[in-house]
Amino acid sequence: MSGVAAINLVENALLVSIQDDVTDTDIIELQDTLSQRIALEENIRGVVLDISALEIVDTFVGRVIAQLAGIARLLDAQTFVVGMRPAVAVTLVELGMYLPESRTALSLTHALAQLKRG
Amino acid sequence: MPNNGTAHILTLLEADFAGIVDEWVGAQIEEGVKRSDLFSDAESRAQSTELLKALAKGMRANDNTVEFDFSADAWDDLRAVLADITRERVNRGVTPTEMATFMLALKGPLFDRLRSSLGKDAEALVEQIMLVSRLVDSFAIHTNEVFIAEREQIIDRQREEMMELSTPVVELWDRVLTLPLIGTLDSARAQEVMENLLETILQRQAEVVIVDITGVGTVDTQVAQHLLRAAAAVRLMGAECIISGISPMIAQTMVQLGIDVGSVSTRQNIRAALADALPKVGYNIHRVKDS
Repeated sequence: MSGVAAINLVENALLVSIQDDVTDTDIIELQDTLSQRIALEENIRGVVLDISALEIVDTFVGRVIAQLAGIARLLDAQTFVVGMRPAVAVTLVELGMYLPESRTALSLTHALAQLKRG
Repeated sequence: MPNNGTAHILTLLEADFAGIVDEWVGAQIEEGVKRSDLFSDAESRAQSTELLKALAKGMRANDNTVEFDFSADAWDDLRAVLADITRERVNRGVTPTEMATFMLALKGPLFDRLRSSLGKDAEALVEQIMLVSRLVDSFAIHTNEVFIAEREQIIDRQREEMMELSTPVVELWDRVLTLPLIGTLDSARAQEVMENLLETILQRQAEVVIVDITGVGTVDTQVAQHLLRAAAAVRLMGAECIISGISPMIAQTMVQLGIDVGSVSTRQNIRAALADALPKVGYNIHRVKDS
């Protein structure tokens, strides 16, 4: 796995931290690796996508995040997008990408708590 | 001599400085712009003297070989003095017309002196009168500009204050924020409100945000659009947005306009919204004892 996005198992969720210098190829690779990890691990209830390092977002990244959520849902896991910066949120809204498929939380802690609650 | 630009006027001014100040103050009284109610005699005199001194200095430094230009360096002092006096007078309630008339009253004493010194030489007299007119007119126009600049500054400052005042994000409870919106919500303000709100969510780690629109006069499609976008951005940050203060009137309008609020919850008032928000952050309100 490239260092750009590390996938870690935290409780019963996969934590994916996306770095600021993520490239388009990295993110495609991430999509592939992540879907395989979800299928591989047992009892994965959720995927937590930490994008707090992401300062700039474009339609491509926005679409891939939406796709990741879609893939996870098909594999019976909930996706949480956590730590979104205000500027990124404003940009995504302006681009019309509301990420309806994924749930959102302020931080990893919040996401894990929500996952437990179901 | 008379053809030598401002030199002649300067000579006249220096020859009888005190006399010109006296006559000028007299002319101000005649024109009714001295405003003895706002300024004491001493103050008026001091201001007039200061202005004339700066005028003399400007004329001394002025390059007479080129066309008169009030923005030239030679007139720096006079412009500064003029600006100061205008500000002072305007602050005490002098109108721009009075301020301009105040300056224009200087023409009288200067014309009188030109007539007595150049009376026989009609051509030189006309030339000098035109020059003095141009000088004094440009001073009067400058006072107007200072006046307008001063007002613009006040307007800018007030606009900024209003922006800040009108978008306070209040922490209503632990992890519950409220944003009471008042007035109209145009694009510029909506943007500012949204950014302010998102930053505060990050700072306070808020989980619920109540956007209260009780004070928003009308909700049209544009305002609704702004509100829903703010709500969407709040959700993306990981918090929940409740829009409160939807009156029956606004509810009707929104439905008639075909505005779909989607998954955003709406409440009638901030009280209902708070009752809704507290359980979400793990609190409950209950009565302490029967009363």
